[in-house]
Amino acid sequence: MTRRELLDLYFMEARSKLIDVAAFMDRLERAEGEADFRFAAFAQALPLLQGQGGGRVERVLAALSDPTEDPIAVATSKAACGAWPGGK
Amino acid sequence: MTSMRYIEPHAHMVSRTTDDYRAMVLAGCAAVCEPAFWAGFDRSAAAGFYDYFRQLTEYEPRRAAQFGLPHFCWLCINPKESEDVGLAREVIALIPQFLGRPNVVGIGEIGLNKNSRNELQVLEMHVDMAARHDQLILVHTPHLEDKLKGTRLILDVLRADSRIKPERCLIDHVEEHTVKRVLDAGFWGGMTLYPETKCTAARAVDMIEQYSSERLWMNSACDWGVSVPLAIPLAALELRRRGHSAPVIDRLIYQNPLRFLSQSPKFILPGGGLEQPAHP
Ligand SMILES: [Zn+2]
Repeated sequence: MTRRELLDLYFMEARSKLIDVAAFMDRLERAEGEADFRFAAFAQALPLLQGQGGGRVERVLAALSDPTEDPIAVATSKAACGAWPGGK
Repeated sequence: MTSMRYIEPHAHMVSRTTDDYRAMVLAGCAAVCEPAFWAGFDRSAAAGFYDYFRQLTEYEPRRAAQFGLPHFCWLCINPKESEDVGLAREVIALIPQFLGRPNVVGIGEIGLNKNSRNELQVLEMHVDMAARHDQLILVHTPHLEDKLKGTRLILDVLRADSRIKPERCLIDHVEEHTVKRVLDAGFWGGMTLYPETKCTAARAVDMIEQYSSERLWMNSACDWGVSVPLAIPLAALELRRRGHSAPVIDRLIYQNPLRFLSQSPKFILPGGGLEQPAHP
């Protein structure tokens, strides 16, 4: 498909998601209290959108991933939260 | 859209209503495969798994049969309940008596959840059982921040066992940061169309367009969470919006899963399967 055709297909959806991200960041800023490692990881991933040469999804996913290699000693919970607490 | 056919290779139907079976069949579902997974809470004993395996091999096939839908399943103790190695050992000992049942196509969905040592040990026990009983393998990769590391660890375990043939293993829930290493190592990859935590239809189509789709399938992994039992037909619609032809869509949503699953002698569809769709 051409760039024009892809814009016809996805621009409105991507625009809406972009505005949602902006609203989410404003909402966090208005709120009280400290943000945690999740927002730090989110903020670090944002500039990756401006990179060139494709691979943005892969880089964003990697930025939100546990970069360590060894298994952990014990699983103390079942849940994942979408960002790596060790990243700070 | 003209009518289509598809195979849902990963759906937790025990958590879905009978209405969902009906809607899937109306949308063109030709077979459903149900991996053993977590119930949303921990079972208190191995006997809970015994009953679950009976549900997967006796009750669900009957429920699906009301709509003429063939139902197949995979058996294991899932990674979320694999921290307790003693319990896992008891559950794994229950599995061989079920492997001969007519709808059991393999061991799954095994894998990792938080990438712990005990989870790895239980994964190795399952891989050994699959090798000894010559079973297909379906692997769950961890969620979100744990997926990249977990996928690496899982591939290491599978590659370390010389009895395991990559073409008989499907690594599920791949995303953009894991799909390439899975396919490059010769395994099949599953793209899970699940809200928020996994992959959208548009991203699945991106991956299909960027990588060889010979060994890729899509699934809904619909379960007790917010999920979409018709995610595959919706992805087929996305493929169509992106300009892919009906034969290409048929290959992705029907022939690819058929080709992988037919490596199990149990996976037999009425009419045999590979002929052209009735309404191309
Ligand atoms: Zn699943």
